[in-house]
Parts: sequence; structure tokens; C-alpha cells
Amino acid sequence: MVQVLKRKSLALVGNHAVAYAVKQAKPQVLAVFPITPQTTMLEKLAEYIQKGELKAEMIKIESEHSAMASIYGAALAGARVFTATASQGLLYMGEMIYWAGGQRVPIVAAVATRAIAEPWSIWDDHQDFLSKRDAIWIQMMAENVQEAYDLTIQAFRISEDERVILPVMMGFDGFILTHTMERVEVLEDYEVDSFLPPRQFNLIDFSDPIGIGPIAQPDEYMRIRYEAMKSMERAKSVIEEIMREYERISGKKQYGLVECYRCENAKYAFVTMGAWSGDAKVAVDRLRDQGIEAGLLKVRVFRPFPKEKIAEYLNSMKGVIVFDRAASFGSGGILATEVKSALYGSQTPVYSVIAGLGGKDVRPLHFQKVMEDLVNGKLEEERWIL
Amino acid sequence: MSLITQPKRIPKFFRGNAACPGCPIPRELDILLEELGEKTVLVVPASCSTVILGDTSGMPATVPVVHSAFAAPAAIASGIVRALRMRGEKDAIVTVWAGDGSTGDIGFAALSGAAERNEDIFYVCYDNEAYMNTGIQRSSLTPKGAWTTTTPEGKREFKKPLPFIMAEHKIPYVATASIAYPFDYQAKVKKAKQIHGFRYIHLLSPCPPGWRFDSSLTVEIAKLAVETGVWPLFEIENGEFRLTSVSKTLIDKNNRKPVIEYLKLQGRFSKLTEEEIKEIQESIDEMWEEIKAMVKK
Repeated sequence: MVQVLKRKSLALVGNHAVAYAVKQAKPQVLAVFPITPQTTMLEKLAEYIQKGELKAEMIKIESEHSAMASIYGAALAGARVFTATASQGLLYMGEMIYWAGGQRVPIVAAVATRAIAEPWSIWDDHQDFLSKRDAIWIQMMAENVQEAYDLTIQAFRISEDERVILPVMMGFDGFILTHTMERVEVLEDYEVDSFLPPRQFNLIDFSDPIGIGPIAQPDEYMRIRYEAMKSMERAKSVIEEIMREYERISGKKQYGLVECYRCENAKYAFVTMGAWSGDAKVAVDRLRDQGIEAGLLKVRVFRPFPKEKIAEYLNSMKGVIVFDRAASFGSGGILATEVKSALYGSQTPVYSVIAGLGGKDVRPLHFQKVMEDLVNGKLEEERWIL
Repeated sequence: MSLITQPKRIPKFFRGNAACPGCPIPRELDILLEELGEKTVLVVPASCSTVILGDTSGMPATVPVVHSAFAAPAAIASGIVRALRMRGEKDAIVTVWAGDGSTGDIGFAALSGAAERNEDIFYVCYDNEAYMNTGIQRSSLTPKGAWTTTTPEGKREFKKPLPFIMAEHKIPYVATASIAYPFDYQAKVKKAKQIHGFRYIHLLSPCPPGWRFDSSLTVEIAKLAVETGVWPLFEIENGEFRLTSVSKTLIDKNNRKPVIEYLKLQGRFSKLTEEEIKEIQESIDEMWEEIKAMVKK
């Protein structure tokens, strides 16, 4: 008999869903600095603290650089920590993002992805998020508000797992998810408590004082970086394990490094990351109705990059189209480059589509059209949907 | 044979380190840590002290040391202190130990932010008046007229008056100190230790290679900085200004030595003209007029 779980459902915009997850994760120190479109998340967290629903120190700090620096310090001293940012804020944090990654401390940061100036744009793309791909952070992207909630809770657990000990960035598309209200099934507080036990990590110990982050001679530096790489590799299986555990608790399916949608018997596939994966799924259904054997591979975890999974799913396809909301200028779509590298040695042709920059609208129709062009032999290696 | 000896002061911090000959930093840190005790966390941004405090092979400190990015120490300290307080460590003292470049230039936003929030941290700036760790480039705290590698003709602007700027943040405690007056410095650390909120001590730290003087003269030059009135020793406690130590006697101009005595020992001032020296003297006298007004208040 199938046990039907009656989950508590809330109608939440993305920012509030993440704030709710953060509240349940019980961080002890938060750093807040406003930037669109993450601001309402921090307002909600401030409200939780003011009402006594969350017992945490909230540092209302003077910049994003300091926001990351302050939670880095708090994390060293044993606190569970959280902050959120976007776009220019993430860039301004940049130095401390690398600092925290290099030191490998458990930190969770939500990034409401947003285009980078110039010119100014407050709308969504992934340029900010992907610019931090080499900062020794685990990076995950949510498809919808539910996932943003779920991944936030998972992020704390992954970050603090002793086999990993890395900061985690939870990306979710600015405005498209941050400001869209969805029905979200939430865990009970006690379930989160059992999934996420209190944090053990503390580096500031007066009985055993150590120097944190001193100068490393070349041999040591290289070794420390190598350990970071190994930790990232280990994280792949740990993330899958933690996500499976989350599936069991929440009764939700399909939480892994990647998600496959109708791709088992597919001959052609989209590869996407983030909110437009939903649009791509609609396109897949429509293409299937047309007789085109399309599928979708959604990349949920971008760092560590799940290249084995990608190769496994895609290496026998007749064509793969990677949709990027960001570009490496002078090279191409960032995700596309990664997918090509994962498929190195296979015969699968990989096409790159760059679209949706600065919030430019992309609909299922766009996905359909590109796939039809591929099937008809009319798709160029790199296309910008302008 | 038993000997009755005076209790010997054992340096807590350094028995061998990578500081230059004549560098006051190890001594300054020693005094600081002796006064603050073992429940101290040092937050140290990129500076000479990063090197002095050792590499991954070990550290000479007996307290936790958190190395910090150049711009970040006040923010990192803010986070550490909040987390320690959450953990119930009420008496731990989180102390930033930063040079003038981090304090007055790149880290100034974080410093000002932490002061404005009145974070419960203790900030000590050891001011050697230039970016010494990278090789003597000017900072906003380099004094007017001083040679540095980026001001080969002498700096044109005045030194940023950081202790006064910090006092304008209305933090509970601001003080200046000098390695030549260790008891004055020690007393100020002791006092600051008892205060909650943001505390700031600004130490003038003569640098033999950077200031171009013989490494045996560190203390003498530090002393002359005070005696000539270049570096007044004072504290501002809850807004109340008070001169300390020998500086109390220097309100009377006749008690101040002429600034030339301080300048002439340092190679960095060797190119100053008579006119420029006069201008520096006038600016010191002007500053003391302002101090006089503050003392009277």
C-alpha cells in the first residue's frame, strides 16, 4: 500500500520559500545587504528574527564584501551561517567568495541570479552565478520554487558533511522564481531537525589555537588545492546520498546531480539549468507529440560538474542542444562548453544556444523551434536567440 | 643556592620571527596579548604581520589567528564575535591587528561599518605610514612630505587623521599609542579590554627600512614623534578627550621639541626644503591649537 503523505503546503514566492527553509535550518549568524531581486528574502528573515521565530544574529552590514567576510568569520567560529545576494553584489563579494572556498568552510549562500552590468539590468540570467565556477564552491540551481526550498535545506547538510566541508551556493532565477508564487510543500520543523543536526564544525578553539589561512609555500599551496579538488569529487556521491535521504523524508522524487526528463529513449536532448527547464519540458512534450524523440537533461548541480552522468545520458544521442543563459565571451555558452568537455570522445554533436540574457523572454516555442531546426539539419553550431 | 628573583616577563608571542631588525611589531603584539590574555582571537589582514605570523608550517602565536583578506578584517571580526557570543563565549576578545593601508584605505568601509554598528571588537592599527609589506608605497596615512616608492618627490597630501575620524563614529573608546611609551600603551589596552563595543587604538610604528633609519633607532624615533608633537598620545572615552603620558605637558609649545629633530633622523624626509619643514611645523602647531580647544572643553 502506498503511504500518502499529507504535506503542509504553503503559497510562497521564491524568496520567501528560501527564507522559510533558512528559518527551519536554524542558522546562528546571517549577514544581510540589500540587492534586487533577493531583498525580500532578507526582509522576511529579519521579520522571523523580530518575531522570535528564528534565533540568530543578523549582521546588517555595509557591503556584500563584508557580508561574505562576516559570515566567513562566524563560520570559522562554529556558527551555521547564511547570506544571499545577486549580480553586482555577488561580484562585489567575489574576493571573499574565493577566500571562503579556499578555506573550505561550511557556508550557504543563495544567489537570486541576475544579469551583470554594463548596461544595467535587474533581470535574470546566469552570468553572475557562473562567474564563480572556479571558486571552490558547490553550486546548485533550482528549477522552481519548490526546488529552491528543498535545495536550500539540502545545501546546509551537504556543506557541513565531513566528507565535503565546502561552501554551497544555491542559485535560483531572479524574478522568475524569486517573485513568483507557487504552492510549496514544506517539511515539518522536526523533520528538518533530524535531517540537519546541529553543526559540529569550529576552528576557533582557545584550548587548541591554530592559524587559519596563513601563507602557504608552493608545495603546501598545491597540496591544499589538490585536497579541494578531491573534496569536490567526493561531494558528487555525498550529494546524491543526501538528496536520496531527502527524497525519503519528503516523499519527493528525482533529486540528483542531474534530472532526466523523457530522455531514456530520446534521440535528441536539451540540456538546461534553472527555471527554464520547465519551459523545456513543455517543449519536449510538444516535440514528442510531433513524433520527434526529444528529451531533457537538467543540470541541477553545476559544481562539482556531473560529467559522468552527462556522458552516461547523452553519449549515444543524435544531437544535444545546450541552452545557456550566460556566455564566456570569446568562447561560447558556458554550460555548452562544459557539456562538450563531458562528451569528449563520443560522437554526439553538441549545439550551443545562448538566450534569455538580461531577462529576455524565452518560451517553450523557442526550444521547439531550435529542436526542429536541429532535426531538419538547419541548426548552426552556436545560435543566439536575439 | 636559592635565588629570589623578580618575576620575569616571558614574551608570550615571539621568540623568533620573520620581522625586520628593529621592527616594533613583535613587541607591540607581545604587550597587546599579554594584556588581553589567552581568550583572544587575532584577525590579521594582509600586512607585514601576515609574514611575521608565519606560514602553514607553524605559528608563533599562542592564540587563534585568523588571516584576513586586505579589505575584510573588521567584517570577519564582526562575524567571529557574533558567533562566539552565540556560543556563550562572553569574555573572548576579538581583536583586529591591521596596518595603516588596510585600516585607512582598502578596509576603511568595513572598519567604518563595524564602528557604526558598534560591534564588540577591539581594533588596533599599527601604523607604519605606508604599504611596507609590498615595499614602501604611499598610503593615505603617509605623512605629507615623506618619500615613498610611489611618491619619489615626497607625498603632497596630509596624513588622514584616522583616530579623530574613528572618534566621530561615537564609539566608546579611541586612543593613540606609541611603542616608546609601553606603559601608556599597556594601560590603554587594559582599559579597552574592560569596555564593550567598538574600541580603537592607533599605534605609531616606526619602520626602519621604510622610513630609512638605522634599526637601532626605532624607539628613539617613536619617542621623538611624541616629544615633537607629531604623534600626540590621547584617549577619547565616551567622547571625552584626554591627553595621556608625556603629551599632557606638550600643550605648552615650549615643551615640544622642534619637528626637525624627528625629521632629520629619517631618510624619507631627507629631501624636504626649509620651506616644507616650516609648513610641517606649522601644521603640528595648528593641530595642537585644536587639541588645546578639545582639552579645555
